[in-house]
Amino acid sequence: MEFKFHVEGGDFTSAGTASSQIKKVLKQINIDPIIIKRVVVALYEAEVNIVAHAHHGDIKVKITPQQVYIRLDDEGPGIENVEKAMQKGFSTASSKVREMGFGAGMGLPNIKENADIFTVRSEVGKGTTLEITISTVNNG
Amino acid sequence: MKLRDIVQIVEAEVLCGQDQLDIEVGAAVASDLMSDVLTLKCRDFLLITGLCNVQSIRTAEMSDIHAILYVRDKLVDLEMIALGEDNNMIIMRTPCSMFKTVGRLYTAGLKPVY
Ligand SMILES: Nc1ncnc2c1ncn2[C@@H]1O[C@H](COP(=O)(O)OP(=O)(O)O)[C@@H](O)[C@H]1O
Ligand SMILES: [Mg+2]
Repeated sequence: MEFKFHVEGGDFTSAGTASSQIKKVLKQINIDPIIIKRVVVALYEAEVNIVAHAHHGDIKVKITPQQVYIRLDDEGPGIENVEKAMQKGFSTASSKVREMGFGAGMGLPNIKENADIFTVRSEVGKGTTLEITISTVNNG
Repeated sequence: MKLRDIVQIVEAEVLCGQDQLDIEVGAAVASDLMSDVLTLKCRDFLLITGLCNVQSIRTAEMSDIHAILYVRDKLVDLEMIALGEDNNMIIMRTPCSMFKTVGRLYTAGLKPVY
């Protein structure tokens, strides 16, 4: 199964639409709730990052019997130092983002924590691509 | 502790999920930082927050939290209630401050998630 979503930068109220839909799908196909939580928490933080930091982005979610693969491509400022951005507490978020309950520099580290495989590629001035893979089979 | 007891202890108003007040909650977390709530591995606890917006409901949805208690009489709008109803949540609101809310519930025996 494949799902696609579009996310507009700055559109805080719609952040979570993709995660919400994916959660419903994973529930329907009886994935372990603990794994569902890992998938949707990672996806939600990634969605919020597009809204908070980029101009717009596209999300692709591919669900196979073994895993959930998520790819988020955004056009935006990109990340200057990915290694630094991955550290807990590093944030360039605006006060608007902090008012929303985010912007503490905990998003990327938490995505990494929940993913089995997580890659970030970014080009300054162009955009950022995240790839998140989470296995849905036990002990996988 | 039953949600019904929580409602009574902090004089809360129930904005949605009135029919689910007999549900037991084992533990609670109090935070205005949603990124923080999203790092918790446990599921099904009470979220006490002063952050009253759609993001707090979304955070609860992703975290498998079914009950939210907003402190300090925050304005919960219709979009939030609709989203809460969609997710079968119990949304409550208390006039008490965060400190008073947490203090009363802790004293009454509600456990912290960690
Ligand atoms: N999609 C993105 N586009 C541009 N910058 C990003 C993106 N995602 C993350 N960043 C940068 O990495 C930092 C850390 O991200 P994160 O850990 O999610 O924390 P937060 O979003 O709370 O600031 C952000 O503050 C921002 O500088
Ligand atoms: Mg973030």
